[in-house]
Amino acid sequence: MKLSQMAIGQKGLITDLQGDSALIQRLLELGLTDGETVEVVRFAPLGDPMEIRVRGYYLSLRRVEANAIVVEPQA
Amino acid sequence: MSSPRRVALVGNPNTGKTTLFNALTGFRAKVGNYAGVTVERKSGPLKGGTIPAEIIDLPGTYSLSARSADEMVAVDVLLGHRSEDPTPPDLVLVVLDASNLERNLFLATQIFETGLPCALVLNMMDMAETNGISIDTAELERRLSVRVFPVVASKGTGLDALRQFICSDNAALARSPQRVVFPEAFDSATTSLGEALTAAGVAARDTTPFLLRRALLEVGGMAEQRMRTQGGDKAAAAIDGARATLQQAGHRLVSLEAKARYASIRGVLDGVVKIPEGRRETTSDRIDRVLIHPVWGVVVFMALMLVVFQAIYSWSAPFMDLIDGCFGWLSEQVTANMSEGPLASFLADGVIAGVGGVVIFLPQIIILFLFISILEDCGYMARAAFLADRLLSRLGLSGRSFIPMLSSFACAIPGVMATRTIEDPRDRLTTIMVAPLMSCSARLPVYALMIGAFIPAYSIGGVLGLQGLVLFAMYLVGPAVAIPVALLLRRSLLKGPKPTFLMELPPYRRPNWKQVGFRLLERAGAFLKRAGTVIFAVSVVVWAATYYPRPAAVAESIEARYAERIAAAEGDTAEELTAERDRAIEGAYLRQSILGRMGSAIEPLVRPLGWDWRIGMAVIASFPAREVVVSTLGIIFDVGSDADEESDALRDRLVAAQWADGSPIFTIPVAVSIMVFFALCAQCAATLAIIRRETNSWRWPIFAFVYMTTLAWIGALLVYQVGTLIAG
Ligand SMILES: Nc1nc2c(ncn2[C@@H]2O[C@H](COP(=O)(O)OP(=O)(O)O)[C@@H](O)[C@H]2O)c(=O)[nH]1
Repeated sequence: MKLSQMAIGQKGLITDLQGDSALIQRLLELGLTDGETVEVVRFAPLGDPMEIRVRGYYLSLRRVEANAIVVEPQA
Repeated sequence: MSSPRRVALVGNPNTGKTTLFNALTGFRAKVGNYAGVTVERKSGPLKGGTIPAEIIDLPGTYSLSARSADEMVAVDVLLGHRSEDPTPPDLVLVVLDASNLERNLFLATQIFETGLPCALVLNMMDMAETNGISIDTAELERRLSVRVFPVVASKGTGLDALRQFICSDNAALARSPQRVVFPEAFDSATTSLGEALTAAGVAARDTTPFLLRRALLEVGGMAEQRMRTQGGDKAAAAIDGARATLQQAGHRLVSLEAKARYASIRGVLDGVVKIPEGRRETTSDRIDRVLIHPVWGVVVFMALMLVVFQAIYSWSAPFMDLIDGCFGWLSEQVTANMSEGPLASFLADGVIAGVGGVVIFLPQIIILFLFISILEDCGYMARAAFLADRLLSRLGLSGRSFIPMLSSFACAIPGVMATRTIEDPRDRLTTIMVAPLMSCSARLPVYALMIGAFIPAYSIGGVLGLQGLVLFAMYLVGPAVAIPVALLLRRSLLKGPKPTFLMELPPYRRPNWKQVGFRLLERAGAFLKRAGTVIFAVSVVVWAATYYPRPAAVAESIEARYAERIAAAEGDTAEELTAERDRAIEGAYLRQSILGRMGSAIEPLVRPLGWDWRIGMAVIASFPAREVVVSTLGIIFDVGSDADEESDALRDRLVAAQWADGSPIFTIPVAVSIMVFFALCAQCAATLAIIRRETNSWRWPIFAFVYMTTLAWIGALLVYQVGTLIAG
């Protein structure tokens, strides 16, 4: 499942990053590495971008960027 | 005496570096520019130290694999690659947000590997405590073998120990031996790459383990480029070969570094940092539930903006009256105590009227800056970017363009400079091109004069003033026009893929009043300096261009025409006739003055906008700075009488100004057409100069000037023609 497809409040485990290598590198530097847990906090009023929580801080990113992040949803 | 110890502050954005810098230097910053790029160099002497030290504030960055110009400078300074800082700093202070150590340490581990003396500053310890995070700093120190200073920069807590350390002999030796464990294949690849590059003739200072790693990891990055330029094809082949070997061994270059660093950071922090189990709802979460709410968020945002603009108009009134009174008094003194002639006219009509007419807007500018500073400082700006991103991304921009654009409402110059944080060059150029369309504080004088004179002071429902509403509408003109312009640019000249939008949302913080006040003073000072230099100079030139040439024959012929009638008339009538004659003389002088001739020459061009030659003349005179138009109108409609702007006298004279047929020049459509022209035009030499500096070419400022002036003319034309149709 892609991170962008998760619902508000849902948590997921990052399993892979796919797509543009510059974007992936930035995401990795920001701590979105394999095995990390991410939580969807909210979507902006117009549905995009979204806010997530990772490694204890809040990050906003667009859906297209969140598409690069493959997650395994947690219960 | 030896040169001061150079101490660089490095850290992620939003970790409080600026606050720490101000606390350490006591707000004594020297701001310059790095040559060739457009990044600010901010440095200042350490206050309260035992030895001289220079603190250098580097641009915020998440990583040393630099992508934006800002980040590139940070890396270059650390490596001693810049002419302003030709040697690496003597000490690097890595500023970290204590409640977000894990991600902040990513950069720190990279800095350890540069081999530079360094120490960690854990800032925002108060926030960490509030969030229930406990940090065993002594253990962290032991594990990383580097000094760790817990501080609260905004309150000054813990700074004494930091100062002592900066000045101590230990500081110069404080290298961290901590090394992230990379996969073995990577380590051996770097070692053999180093040998190959040395054989290819690359200098030893460019083959340090740190640079070798960077060269391998960053495809096309700074380290690789340096090696390629020195070692040519051999170096290129060596780098490509090393990368291929790594890939064959099953390592993904993109993720290798982050995986290794974050794994190592986890190990270091295990048992050092205790974060409360589960996610507690923080105050920030609660505030965000309202402020980024799909409905309330937008309502609050719009309401906030409306309050800001109403405040600019109503709060500033008493202060403006005060300043007005002062300049009026000054001008009166000149007229009363000096004999008539060029010098008195120069002082009263040129200098005092010109500078006073601009200084009077200082209260409004301070109020606007106050709001912007507070919103910036408390963390709302990032939310605004989050809210606005969807809209802006439709235009091919990003939420990140929002802050530069919002700042441009105060002044396009800091706005254009703020675009440096936008990584994507096309995104950045588009933002630079539309930022000057936002109504900056220099438009305010024009709006204030026109609205004050021609828009009736109705109040709607007793709360909203019509004048305030019109002002609000004028501020919407810029964004409304910026939309199609940005769209067109992104589809033509600046075509390209959509940039990314990765942005941290920092927790809300109580604004730091000292910081807010400091920034306010800084900006108000910059504005006054501009008023005192550019605008002063322009006022003088404009005054001269309206005063000269002044052949006596002009006055004599008019005097001759009136002489008989005045002699024949009696008492009041004679006095009236004398006054009429004097006005006729001034008018005739003005019309044949240098500026008057220029105004007459372009009159055919401005007539369709409802303007006469005098307005055209004021527009020419205000090329260097928009706000000059007010003082110029003041001078033009006011020659020879006691003058000061914003005063009712100037308003009255504008209201009284007539066409040859006796109809008033300034009707509501004309006033609005002037406002729209100034809302859209590029009459600001300083902005054009900044665009030139930021884009490093004349192409963009020329383009901005041409397109904005064209739009301004068309806009003013439409408003006037449609307005007269409706009114007529
Ligand atoms: N609570 C708290 N806030 C701080 C501290 N240091 C800085 N701030 C605030 O954090 C925000 C960002 O600080 P700033 O210095 O602009 O960060 P920079 O982007 O790293 O330069 C501002 O609102 C500061 O007032 C601190 O130690 N404690």
